[in-house]
Amino acid sequence: MSEQQKLHSFVLYVENQPGVLNRVASLFRRRAYNIESLTVGHTERPGISRMTIVAGISEGAAHRVEANLYKLAPVLSVEDVTHVPIIARSLAFIKVAANDESRYRLMEIARVFRARVVDLANESLVIEITGTEDKVHALVGVLRPFGILEMARTGQVVMSRGTKPPANGHSAGRNDLLLEEEAPQSV
Amino acid sequence: MPKNKKTGAEIIWECLERLGVEYVFGYPGGAILPAYDAMTRYKVHHVLVRHEQGATHMADGYARASGRVGVALATSGPGATNMVTGIATAMMDSSPIVCITGQVGSKLIGSDAFQETDITGITLPITKHNYLVTRAQDIAPSLREAFQIASSSRPGPVLVDITKDAQNGSCEFDWEAAAPQRQHFVRGSFYNKTQLAEAWELINQAKRPVILAGHGIILSGSEPEVLAFAEAACAPVALTLLGIGAFPASHPLCLGMMGMHGEAWVNKAIQESDLLIALGMRFDDRVTGNLKTYAPTAKKIHIEIDRAEINKNVHVDVPLIGDLRELLPQLISGVKRVDRSDWLSAIDDSKQESAVRDIQSLPDDGHLYAAHVINELWRETNGEAIIVTDVGQHQMWEAQYFRHEKPRTLITSGGLGTMGFALPAAIGAKFANPKAEVWVIAGDGGFQMTMAELATIVQEKIEIKVAIVNNGYLGMVRQWQEFFYDGRYSSTPLWSPNFQKLAEAFGILAFTVNTRPGVIPTLRAARQHRGPALIDFQVEQEDSVFPMVPAGADLHAMIRRPSPLIERATDV
Repeated sequence: MSEQQKLHSFVLYVENQPGVLNRVASLFRRRAYNIESLTVGHTERPGISRMTIVAGISEGAAHRVEANLYKLAPVLSVEDVTHVPIIARSLAFIKVAANDESRYRLMEIARVFRARVVDLANESLVIEITGTEDKVHALVGVLRPFGILEMARTGQVVMSRGTKPPANGHSAGRNDLLLEEEAPQSV
Repeated sequence: MPKNKKTGAEIIWECLERLGVEYVFGYPGGAILPAYDAMTRYKVHHVLVRHEQGATHMADGYARASGRVGVALATSGPGATNMVTGIATAMMDSSPIVCITGQVGSKLIGSDAFQETDITGITLPITKHNYLVTRAQDIAPSLREAFQIASSSRPGPVLVDITKDAQNGSCEFDWEAAAPQRQHFVRGSFYNKTQLAEAWELINQAKRPVILAGHGIILSGSEPEVLAFAEAACAPVALTLLGIGAFPASHPLCLGMMGMHGEAWVNKAIQESDLLIALGMRFDDRVTGNLKTYAPTAKKIHIEIDRAEINKNVHVDVPLIGDLRELLPQLISGVKRVDRSDWLSAIDDSKQESAVRDIQSLPDDGHLYAAHVINELWRETNGEAIIVTDVGQHQMWEAQYFRHEKPRTLITSGGLGTMGFALPAAIGAKFANPKAEVWVIAGDGGFQMTMAELATIVQEKIEIKVAIVNNGYLGMVRQWQEFFYDGRYSSTPLWSPNFQKLAEAFGILAFTVNTRPGVIPTLRAARQHRGPALIDFQVEQEDSVFPMVPAGADLHAMIRRPSPLIERATDV
C-alpha cells in the first residue's frame, strides 16, 4: 500500500444467486485492487446476502468502486463504512505448538486476550479468538514465539453503531458524498 | 391442463414480438437450433449475417439509428465469442443491445462439451448485465428484464445465454408474471436544490462558459432542451465525437468537435473558459488531453445520468445526476440572460486563424484528398444522409468535414474504436430507418475486416452506399508512426483487392475514383442507382489528420495544420 492508500470497508446487500460474488470481485480485479478480506453471509431477509469487503485503496478509488458497485443489477445497496462509527470483528483459529512446559502459559495468554482454547492435544492446542483486526494481530504476535502451526482467519464482519438503518435501497441523499470527493489522479 | 403451454424456443420469439422487436440479426448453429426452428412461426424478420461480430454491430447500428433495443442472435461457443467485440463496442458507447446466445444443455455445462464456452463469464465486464438461463420458465422474465436493463438509465448491452434444454423444455407462458421485478437499477435523479442553485450561480456569473455536449444528449433525446439551454445561457457548444448531431452544426453557437482532432478554436475556447458545463459526456482522454492542464481556469458543472462518471477523470464543482431531459428544464428556469458577445467574438476571431477549413476554395493540384470526398458527400446529400463511419483517419475527417444538423445521423464507434464497425452497423441503421439514405465511410483497412457483410446487403436487398477512403495504409497508425516513431512504417502499408471488381462479384454497382473532378459525378451516379453501390476513392496516401493533440499532451498544445493541403494546392 502506498501512502495515500488505506483500508476501506464496504458493506453490500446483494441478491443471493450464482455469480454475484464474481461480478462484485471483478470490479476490484479489473482495476488491480487487492481485496484484503471478504465475508458473505445470510441476512435477516431471505434471499439477500450481506458482503463485507475490505480493500487497501485510495479515497478516489474507493468512491469509484462504490459508484460502480451500484451499477451491478444484483447489488441492492453499497456503503463505504470507512468513515462511520462501526463495530468490526473477525475470528481466528490459531493452532500453536504446546508441550507440558508451555501449555499453561498459552492458556493464560488466551485468558488475558479473552480467547478460548477449543482443542487440546499432546503437542498442540487451538485457540479461538474473536475481536478487532488489531486484537487478533496482537495475539498472533504473542503466540508466534511458541510456534504457530496453522492459522485460519475469517474476514471482517462490520455493523454500524446506533440505530441508523442500513442503507439497503438506492435512496436519495447519497450524492452529498460526491462533493467531498478528492481530485482524481491524473492518468 | 395448462392453457398456454409453450416451448422455451417459442417463448423467446413470443417475448421478442411483444417487446416490439421487428428485426433480429443472427447466425444459426447447434445450440440455438430450437430457437431457429420456432422462429419460422413468428413475424420477426431474421437477417442472416456473415459473422456474429457483424450481428452485434448491426444490432448496435439499429439501436443507435432508432433509439430502440437492437437484438443479435448466435449459437454457443464460437458464435458467442465472435460477439465479444460487438458487445464491448456497445458497452463503451452506451448502446442498448440484447444478445441472445444458445448454450449447450444444462447437464453438459462445465464438461467442455462441443461448442461450449463460458460466455456469461467472458462477457461479465463488457455487459451491463448477463444471464445464464437453464429452465424454460426463466426465459421470459430474463428477456423482459434484459430489455429493461439495456434501455434504462445509461443504456448498454445485455447478454442472455439460453441452454438448449431450456429452449426445448416447455412451460406455462405468462407474460404478465414475467414483468421485471428489479426496479432499483432504474436510477432516478440525485441532486438537491442547493446544487441546482450553485449551478445557476456559476452559469449566471460565468464570463466565458462552454457547453460540452456528449452522447448522453442523444440517448435521452434532450436535443431541444440543450438548444434552449445554450441559447438561454448564451454559451457556445463543443461536441464530443459521439455528441455530433446533438446540436445543429449550422447554429451560431456550435463550435464543432473538441479533443484530439478538434479544431484549434474549440480546444482553445475550452482551455480559456471559466465554466465548463458538461452534458452527458465522460471526459474521455481523447477529449481532455493532459488532465493536469485541462481547462485550468474553469469551474465545472457535470450533468450525467451515471454517477460513476462523476469525478472519474476531472474533478467537478457541481455534479447533477439524472436524465438531461428532466434536469435541463429545471436548470434553464434559473438561467439569466447575460451578454457574452465579447466571449463569442473572441472565439470567432480565433476561428479566422484556421481558415484552412474552407477546403472547397482550394485549387485542384491533381491530388485527391479524403477531406474533399467527405465534404462533397455532405454537399451532395445536403447533409441529410445517415453516415456510418469506421475507425481511423476517415472517421476524424468525417467529424470535421461533414456537418450534422440532426441527432442519429452520425453512427461511429467512439469509445472502443472498433475497426470493421461501419459496414455491419450501416446495415442495422438501414433496417432502423429504411427510407433514409445510408452511407458507409470506411478506410481500406477497416472495410476489409468485415467486408463479408456485403453479401448480407445483397441477400437482404437493401440499399446501402459505401465510400472507401483508400490510401493504401492503415492511415491513422501510419500517421502516428510518421509523427512519433520517426516515420518507420511498421506493418501499415496495406495491399487491397480491386474493390470495384470485388463489389461487382457481389453484384454491387461499383466505381473507382482517383481525381477530384471524378468525385461529384460518381457520387451522383451512386446515389441515383436504386440499389447498393460502392465507390473506391483512391486518395492521397500520406495525408494526415490535423489539428492533432498528441496522446496525453496539453489540449492547447496541438499540432496545427502545416498546410500541406494549401502548399500542394497552390503548387499546381
